Amino acid sequence: MSEQAQHEEHQHHVTSPVVYIIILFSLLVGTALTVWASFIDLHAWNPVIALAIATSKAMLVVLFFMGVKYSTKLTKLAVISGIFLFLGLISMTLADYMSRAWGRW
Amino acid sequence: MSDSPATAHGALAEAVNPHGEHPSYLRHHFQSVEQQADTTNFAMWLFLLTEVMFFGGLFAAYLIYRNWYYPAFVAGSHQLNVGWGTANTAVLIFSSFTMAMGVWCSETRRKNGLVLCLILTFILGTCFLGIKTIEYHEKWEKHHIPGMHYSLQSFLNPASDPDIAQYHDKPLPLDMARHTELYFFLYFAMTGMHALHMIIGIAILGYMIFRARAGAYTTGHVTFVENFGLYWHFVDIIWIYLFALLYLISRHQ
Repeated sequence: MSEQAQHEEHQHHVTSPVVYIIILFSLLVGTALTVWASFIDLHAWNPVIALAIATSKAMLVVLFFMGVKYSTKLTKLAVISGIFLFLGLISMTLADYMSRAWGRW
Repeated sequence: MSDSPATAHGALAEAVNPHGEHPSYLRHHFQSVEQQADTTNFAMWLFLLTEVMFFGGLFAAYLIYRNWYYPAFVAGSHQLNVGWGTANTAVLIFSSFTMAMGVWCSETRRKNGLVLCLILTFILGTCFLGIKTIEYHEKWEKHHIPGMHYSLQSFLNPASDPDIAQYHDKPLPLDMARHTELYFFLYFAMTGMHALHMIIGIAILGYMIFRARAGAYTTGHVTFVENFGLYWHFVDIIWIYLFALLYLISRHQ
């Protein structure tokens, strides 16, 4: 355990319970909000709003419960690239399914 | 999830240490405890990313069929009970909170607090599965489980089903009604896979409760609790999306 190696590593961050409680209530409010919004007729916006709320809830979980906000750059990069890969695969698959001339080839 | 029998007797680790200057849970191929913690954290995330890809395939199938057979998906989702779904979302969010508090207890070396948090997480996880069982049983009774005995009655003649009276669904044509089976197939595949992850998580929680009582995770070595926490929160995130996509499609219609 050399001095230099110590400096390069990142210190273990302890998230305070207060933060966890705030996140808990934000998630519960988000759940109530998404159920409420689903009963209102917003036409094409219904699924958009449901997914937007779900994504903000997921962001809170990832950043605070899972502590990515305080993790190493390597972990942050891994998480971001994973989300990017997932969205890339989904959008390419959907682009293919929706742009084909189904039944006409 | 780095853990070893050596830390099972973690309480003794600091007193009797054959390794000299460093803690007994530090593996020799790591330079320091911090490096070991960062490495296992990264590895856990790599595992979770493979899980994202695994569930991603199911989500992709869901999105494609939802676009093709939208009326069938709306009729199918009306069969799900929003009350139970919301309750389960709240239960799971609470269990994520107790798990996060468990990690905090582990980090601040509160043994009793950790055991309590793990037990609460265990109970909430079991509650989730209990509610899921009630929901599955409803589907069983109404013959909405895909297969030989699948019933189209609620979709061909919605007026005959009192559970969906509030939505005033119009009868679906036969070919569209048959695609509700696809909705329920995806429903069972996705929530079933999620439930399997819950069962595995609860089993590991049971093991952790015993280990925590022996003082295994409150000696400074929090990796196992922390990485299990990541898994548990990940399963929570999957449910957040499943709830939005499966339960809340067009409740307004």
